[in-house]
Amino acid sequence: MSDLEQFRAETRAWLEANCPEEMRQPLKSQADHCWGGRKWQFQSQAQKVWMERMADKGWTAPQWPTEYGGGGLSPEQAEVLAEEMKRLNARTPVSNFGFWMLGPALLKFGSEELKRQHLPPICRGEIRWCQGYSEPNAGSDLASLQTRAEDKGDHFMVNGQKIWTSYADKADWIFCLVRTDANATKHNGISFALFDMESEGVSTRPIELISGESPFCETFFDDVKVDKNQIVGELNRGWDVAKYLLTHERNNIGGEPPGFLKGRALGPLAAEHVGTEHGKLADSALRADIARLEIDQMAFQALVGKIREEAEAGQGVGAQSAVLKYYGTELNKRRYEVMMDALGAEGLEWESERTMGGLYAREWLRSKGNSIEGGTSEVMLGIVSKRLLGLPDA
Amino acid sequence: MKLNDEQQMLQDSVARLMADKGPVSHLRELRDRNDEKGYDEPLWHAMVEAGLTGILVPEEHGGIGFGLVGAGLVAREIGRNLSVTPFLSTAVLGATALAAGGSAEQQQKWLPSIAEGSVITALAVDDGAKHRPEAIKTEAKAAGDGVTLNGGKLLVLDAHVADLLLVAARQGDDTALFLVDPKAQGVTIERTRLVDDRNAARVTLDNVAAEPMADGAAALAAALRAGRAVLAAELSGLAREAFERTLEYLKERKQFGRLIGTFQALQHRAALLMGEVSMSDALAMQALDACDRNADDADVQVLAAKAKAARVALLAGQEAVQMHGGIGMTDEFDIGFFLKRARAGGETLGDANYCADRFAVLRDY
Ligand SMILES: Cc1cc2nc3c(=O)[nH]c(=O)nc-3n(C[C@H](O)[C@H](O)[C@H](O)COP(=O)(O)OP(=O)(O)OC[C@H]3O[C@@H](n4cnc5c(N)ncnc54)[C@H](O)[C@@H]3O)c2cc1C
Ligand SMILES: Cc1cc2nc3c(=O)[nH]c(=O)nc-3n(C[C@H](O)[C@H](O)[C@H](O)COP(=O)(O)OP(=O)(O)OC[C@H]3O[C@@H](n4cnc5c(N)ncnc54)[C@H](O)[C@@H]3O)c2cc1C
Repeated sequence: MSDLEQFRAETRAWLEANCPEEMRQPLKSQADHCWGGRKWQFQSQAQKVWMERMADKGWTAPQWPTEYGGGGLSPEQAEVLAEEMKRLNARTPVSNFGFWMLGPALLKFGSEELKRQHLPPICRGEIRWCQGYSEPNAGSDLASLQTRAEDKGDHFMVNGQKIWTSYADKADWIFCLVRTDANATKHNGISFALFDMESEGVSTRPIELISGESPFCETFFDDVKVDKNQIVGELNRGWDVAKYLLTHERNNIGGEPPGFLKGRALGPLAAEHVGTEHGKLADSALRADIARLEIDQMAFQALVGKIREEAEAGQGVGAQSAVLKYYGTELNKRRYEVMMDALGAEGLEWESERTMGGLYAREWLRSKGNSIEGGTSEVMLGIVSKRLLGLPDA
Repeated sequence: MKLNDEQQMLQDSVARLMADKGPVSHLRELRDRNDEKGYDEPLWHAMVEAGLTGILVPEEHGGIGFGLVGAGLVAREIGRNLSVTPFLSTAVLGATALAAGGSAEQQQKWLPSIAEGSVITALAVDDGAKHRPEAIKTEAKAAGDGVTLNGGKLLVLDAHVADLLLVAARQGDDTALFLVDPKAQGVTIERTRLVDDRNAARVTLDNVAAEPMADGAAALAAALRAGRAVLAAELSGLAREAFERTLEYLKERKQFGRLIGTFQALQHRAALLMGEVSMSDALAMQALDACDRNADDADVQVLAAKAKAARVALLAGQEAVQMHGGIGMTDEFDIGFFLKRARAGGETLGDANYCADRFAVLRDY
């Protein structure tokens, strides 16, 4: 048996023995997702046990080095783990911005001290992170951000406002872009700072979304003290870190998001609602839409596979992440549109128990944010045309 | 799906061969002189020498049995250069059908000749304007040892230069391929010039004597699957070339005192086209590989790949003409050839709608 087969056999056995039954079913909705953190209330004992067992193995962050609490797995092994988890329908044990955004950036740019301080608590699900990038006047044009961090000798003093900060009211720490040199050119005076959301002077105000949920906030900083050692990468070079992190964020948003549709086929769902005639969906236009969507998704997955292979071969994902983000999110929006077409009136219910509290409509609406968060679709196309196609600026 | 070393080498050598020996200019020359054979003979000889005609012929019959990924790599370069060759009709459709369903004798007779490039074969399936192999009308009636065929076929690639016709016909409830000598009594072949200037013909069969295959149903199914997968690769190559030529144009052409590639309206469309072309290509390669591995979902993947490639090639052709402005509409400029071939290649062996319908059937909705 090859090492990888051996690893697969062991992994399968371990998962069989350790993944609680309740954690072996698809999420019913995004509300079932385990975010972790100081304020996290586990939905069940099973959710807690599952997170802890996986954290003990280092498999909440399979590919991070073991010295920082990760699993130290090779990409091939991580793939095997993912496949074996999928086989069991095992849920992701815990995930938040610490895993798929801050972690990769810290691993690349962070000092040894910062890695040792921040990565293990992420892996154990103890600290939940949020992202302080956008400001009221700095969205797509992120580098025009104005939140200031003044050097006060032994610390920085942060003042300003962020907006659209997802889960700012639930997170424990924030990674935040701040201007540390007001005189430098736009991209050169920015630093990447970390601080505790319980610090004095931090306040948040939830914003309600069109989906009726309030996952993000306005976040205010009023004379917040930040330790000087909590800057990732070099001072004033935070833009490099920010961009690197964005490529990871984009890859992630481009993947299949958690939620009702995850792993669910639209054909059978539509059949339940529109019926069949001679073995085919009774609504032939809907049937054609579903087929076209599924074909486009297959093609997208084939491209994802190819880009991942090239990335592993050392070329990195780089600007290709913009391709993945664009198509991943646009396809996801289309999937929800088709789902709503299929569900008809039932999809419109906003509160009923039948619809798990309007889950369909709420997730449909939430999907619209996919092509805005992490850089809009238009910004992605701009990146593709400049960085991948070499088209000139005006 | 990663290319192995052999496949990588094949890709590199075929890319050179097609660019050298089968460029777009040859298509134009063949068309302008209304070439009798209608394909690029020197190129075909070069392909024979390179072993490409035997790419799907098993080794025991003198081929190299390289697999469909290999055939797809060849087709991709054919697409990029719009090379005019009987590769699809003979090296892919003919070889696959005979290898999958021919009797030992039929294989002995035809496969080595296909590999050495001494024969051309033509697959006759469609008997209506749309590809509907589930509802073939051409009839096969038992007659002595063999059968007689009656019916009419169209979009029969390379039929007017073929040494062997493989004809889909219905016998009772079954549909199968039968071997027909193009010179047999009752066969009429009318060469039809199509929009893409490739070889196609209408074939009429009037009480024609035909030879059954060992498993003519399997031969038909295998040929259709291989043909669609290879066409998906050809169309992806064509789309990539049309896109790249257009991208170059955006970096050359000036209007309003600046390069038109600086206009965001065009930048975003170019970016979208690149994404579509890349997806089409990745899916085509994945589907070819699924066939070679005999994966459970190979049929589903091939249908998806053909549907995607047909749409993307047409999109690329349309966008290419549009972004070239007035010059894109002229015959003198090559870009229009890509649009034309996209249309004809997309229709061949099932258009995007047909493939999507079958895809849905296989996925049970
Ligand atoms: C659900 C959700 C969660 C989010 N979570 C976070 C978070 O946790 N942390 C955080 O910091 N931010 C977060 N954001 C903010 C997000 O990053 C910004 O909304 C995004 O970058 C767009 O900025 P904006 O909203 O200011 O839109 P604008 O930049 O004002 O854009 C408005 C429109 O103009 C278009 N546009 C802008 N510039 C160009 C251009 N150059 N060319 C063509 N079109 C252009 C845009 O594509 C868009 O369609 C979140 C957003 C959403 C929707
Ligand atoms: C069938 C036909 C008949 C015609 N008949 C006549 C006629 O009778 N009389 C006559 O004078 N002309 C005629 N024309 C010419 C026609 O008006 C031009 O072809 C047209 O104005 C486009 O100019 P162009 O070909 O130079 O393309 P370009 O201007 O070079 O355009 C190339 C591409 O760039 C795009 N582009 C250009 N500028 C911008 C911009 N600012 N923003 C975004 N995209 C841009 C265009 O939309 C196009 O996709 C005809 C053309 C055709 C095809």
